[in-house]
Amino acid sequence: MAILLSRSSRVVVQGITGRDGSFHAKLMKEYGTKVVAGVTPGKGGLFVDSIPVFNTVKDAIEKEGANVSCIFVPAPFAADAIMEAADAGIKLIVVITEGIPVQDMIKAVKFVEEKGARMIGPNCPGLITPDESKVGILPGHIFSRGPVGVISRSGTLTYEIVSHLTNAGIGQSTAIGIGGDPVIGSKFIDLLKLFKDDSETKAVVLVGEIGGTDEQDAANYIKSEFPKPVVAFIAGRTAPKEKRMGHAGAIISGSEGTAEEKTKAFTDAKVPVAKEPQEVAKILEQLLA
Amino acid sequence: MKLLEYASKAILTKYGVPVKKNHLCKSIEEVQGIIDEFTFPVVVKAQVPVGGRGKAGGIKLAKDKGEALNIAQQILGMEIKGIPVKKVLIEEAARIKSELYLGIVLDRATKRNIIMVSKEGGVEIEEVARTHPDAIIKLSLHPYLGLQDFEAKYLSYKIVSESGVANKVQYFIKSLYRAYLETDAQLAEINPLVVEEDGNVIALDAKIILDDNALFRHQDLESLRDMDYENIEELEARSKGLSYVKLDGNIGCCVNGAGLAMATMDIIKLYGGEPANFLDVGGSSNPEKIKNAVELILRDKRVKAILINIFGGITRCDDVAMGLVEAYRELNISLPVVIRLTGTNEEKAKVILARSGLPLYGVSSMAEGAKLVCELSAK
Repeated sequence: MAILLSRSSRVVVQGITGRDGSFHAKLMKEYGTKVVAGVTPGKGGLFVDSIPVFNTVKDAIEKEGANVSCIFVPAPFAADAIMEAADAGIKLIVVITEGIPVQDMIKAVKFVEEKGARMIGPNCPGLITPDESKVGILPGHIFSRGPVGVISRSGTLTYEIVSHLTNAGIGQSTAIGIGGDPVIGSKFIDLLKLFKDDSETKAVVLVGEIGGTDEQDAANYIKSEFPKPVVAFIAGRTAPKEKRMGHAGAIISGSEGTAEEKTKAFTDAKVPVAKEPQEVAKILEQLLA
Repeated sequence: MKLLEYASKAILTKYGVPVKKNHLCKSIEEVQGIIDEFTFPVVVKAQVPVGGRGKAGGIKLAKDKGEALNIAQQILGMEIKGIPVKKVLIEEAARIKSELYLGIVLDRATKRNIIMVSKEGGVEIEEVARTHPDAIIKLSLHPYLGLQDFEAKYLSYKIVSESGVANKVQYFIKSLYRAYLETDAQLAEINPLVVEEDGNVIALDAKIILDDNALFRHQDLESLRDMDYENIEELEARSKGLSYVKLDGNIGCCVNGAGLAMATMDIIKLYGGEPANFLDVGGSSNPEKIKNAVELILRDKRVKAILINIFGGITRCDDVAMGLVEAYRELNISLPVVIRLTGTNEEKAKVILARSGLPLYGVSSMAEGAKLVCELSAK
């Protein structure tokens, strides 16, 4: 069954005429994703790799029945593109763009929520339901279909961990890169709730990083409400302090967001934390056996 | 971008947030040149990018001109936590009646801006948060509406009781919020916010952190970047689209993606080595970026071996291989280089590297690479 994305998802690529947008629209299509439309204001009527381009998301929905958006629009205009998609009625908005000002995101996230849509990202690699559909920039060939849900704050580190899973014969139901920015649309906990109800998903991998409290929140949720086995990895145990948010951020949450804190939270929730990426697959093999 | 006190106060002044009369001086001659314009006593404050200036003797009161010059001379020659003091802020002293706290910060958990106030200013707010969190009042701001007048009033009466002073605090909070929003900050902290004996409300210290992602629309703020304290290599890296942080070890790292770069540092440490740097070459890396990255790593003379760890997604492995060939052609590389290349166009990359005949240690996994580079760096 998987979550969020399936064979029937109809994807519109916003920013399809740009360098990254056109390249990845083509790769998504090759993977099997139904890329039904592109949007670039002023370029309506063109085709990119035989995908029709429209001036607005509204047109893409009316003409091609798009229901998922993948955004490659440059950072200064990305928040507006997100709101356009939500306003037009897109219910899953995947934002690949990196470098969006955080004050823009505060407003866009609220708007998306009010429209009843879900956002993945920004600054994320996207998501994939192996053998059905991928939205974003993930390299499709490293994924394989199976019982493990993957939620990650990272991009390339996700690929690293997933390739070990695939090599070990452990496939994935859906893998989602949620992005590493301070303000993101969907957090670990939001997606864990979806995996909880997905009968295909038997276990979940969480790939976290230093900073913030999303891992701790996820650990608390798992402890009380999530019945499936979970394995975690946390990047940044040896990272320098300046990679973290300042002290005032810590006051709000009562946490510095260190790797030690996160490891402790997971351990308290009986979630094993792998010491290196390849260990994730080894732990899962035992849990799924 | 973290701003020092003087730069933060320059922004506050622009937005009408009251501060004491002050002047930034980079030499004792500059202090001599402006000191007669000040009313004494003044405070001489070291401007360094580390906390604990006061305890280290970097903030001192001077009651007359002679003392001010003496103290300035002394502070300009000192080091605070290993950082030489290159500039001081001369500021007229406040007549302190009470010290409060005011901070505006991005809260990632609620995805909103939050304002915090406390009666307990002038001490480390982290300490207050730990010992009696009730002393900090937090207010979450609506994403569209931002700070409303009634909220500023609410906050002001939480920390002062006299209505004349409360009015001034409200004006202060609103001005600071405008500064925070219009400069695209992630943090604007006033600690302490001082009520003077005559009822004036001023920012005695200030700390602002700007959102790097928003600097493109604030060209004017780029000039506030303090070149005296920025790491030259880190700045240069940024201008070339690389993200570089210098560390203390001897294993140079070159990785694509921040998460994988951190995990690479972690695994080096796990196998007993010490990373010399964090280096993320970013998503769509071209050959030039890889060459620049290697050049940057080689500048650190402590580096004894290099680990290149690339998992190609957007990044194409053949680009990385070409960049490496280029680097060997143009730079004098005598250190051992361990390379792990997998993902998009991996096969093409292997052909390029095999043809080049470069003396590389090729490995097939991250763990294998980490083990090998640790051994090589220990030789």
